[in-house]
Amino acid sequence: MSELTKAVTDETFKQDVLNAPGPVLVDFWAEWCGPCKMVGPILEELAKEYGDKLTIAKVDIDHNPMSPNEYGVRGIPTMILFKDGKVVDTTVGAKPKGQLKGWLDAKLA
Amino acid sequence: MSTSHSIRLLIIGAGPAGYTAAIYAARAGLKPMVVAGLQPGGQLMITTDVENYPGFASTIQGPFLMEQMQQQAEHVGTRIVNDIITSIDLSRRPFRAVGDSGDDYVAEAVVICTGAQARWLGIPGEKELSGFGVSACATCDGFFFRGKNVAVIGGGNTAVEEALYLANLAKHVTVIHRRDSFRAERILQQRLFALPNVTVLWDTKVDAVLASDGKFPSTRAVALSNTKTGETSELALDGVFVAIGHDPATALFKGQVEMDAEGYILTVPGSARTNIEGVFAAGDVQDKIYRQAVTAAGTGCMAALEAEKFLAHAPADRPAVAAW
Repeated sequence: MSELTKAVTDETFKQDVLNAPGPVLVDFWAEWCGPCKMVGPILEELAKEYGDKLTIAKVDIDHNPMSPNEYGVRGIPTMILFKDGKVVDTTVGAKPKGQLKGWLDAKLA
Repeated sequence: MSTSHSIRLLIIGAGPAGYTAAIYAARAGLKPMVVAGLQPGGQLMITTDVENYPGFASTIQGPFLMEQMQQQAEHVGTRIVNDIITSIDLSRRPFRAVGDSGDDYVAEAVVICTGAQARWLGIPGEKELSGFGVSACATCDGFFFRGKNVAVIGGGNTAVEEALYLANLAKHVTVIHRRDSFRAERILQQRLFALPNVTVLWDTKVDAVLASDGKFPSTRAVALSNTKTGETSELALDGVFVAIGHDPATALFKGQVEMDAEGYILTVPGSARTNIEGVFAAGDVQDKIYRQAVTAAGTGCMAALEAEKFLAHAPADRPAVAAW
């Protein structure tokens, strides 16, 4: 895992996502999920571009079943944007970088 | 920073057709560039067992096969770019395409290998519950339905393969098909009928996916009707996998390349040539009959060989349209 996105577990979800000072985009993913592999590199690039303005966190659902269950995740990749511990919006499925960026910019504004 | 790439052969799409075109084109010295698109590796990336791609005595996994094709293409000199073409102008040569990254691609010849994407039913609840119990990818989302009740909608190879996969995870799988027999290969049907936790509902169509009340959207049932008697019913379940076929991914080329009524790119019979000189098409994007990895690879090879021939007669320094 890269330095740019943050690996979050069921144990650290509260601290790293819900109690985080700024907005956090959580990517629910798994090693065996083809579409997740397309989103992975895009999120790395977005993490670099947004810098301090947005934390991008990744939850490996194979090892962390509680957090996806808590948010009703039934498919991956699912990306949920959190702000002040609350869900701002959710997007499901692989999307082009431009589209994800457009979505994030609209929600972060 | 956007970059302009000047290339001899641009290959759009990175499934078996795109990688095979790349392998042949690279070996012919055309220095092809593959713009991989939204699903690098194509439909096989969401497939598990592949038993019908020749050359492998034992069962291989779809992603493994595509990784091998990608590496093979790279080893012989293909440049693979993770970008998505968002617009293209095929009205004059060199052809110009723009990527989601902002990069320009200027190419003397193009092979379209954008494949096909899963078709949806377009029924109430389907879109709203997508990712919350409605899925088109059992290998991606089956994980969430361990020990639960699911349905697969469809009757072709994909539907039966998805049902076989899900039967290993789910408590029960109901296959819902609007006809009274499957189109799927016989060997797949036999495997399916042998499973104790699979039922088939024939002559049945799904009219809606029904949501349950709760904090987050989730699926509770499907509304069904019998295509012969018209009788309606509800089937309680936790997940629905839609596998009713694919549509060619050709929106980008609409109005530029000749297509049939369903959007498949038309190629000259026995060839990969389209109606535009220098534009070729290979794989599922132009094939509504076979749609196999091996036929996609075959047409990808044809496209590369034809592109090589075309480029030999249209050298880099000569304009496509003579200036008189």
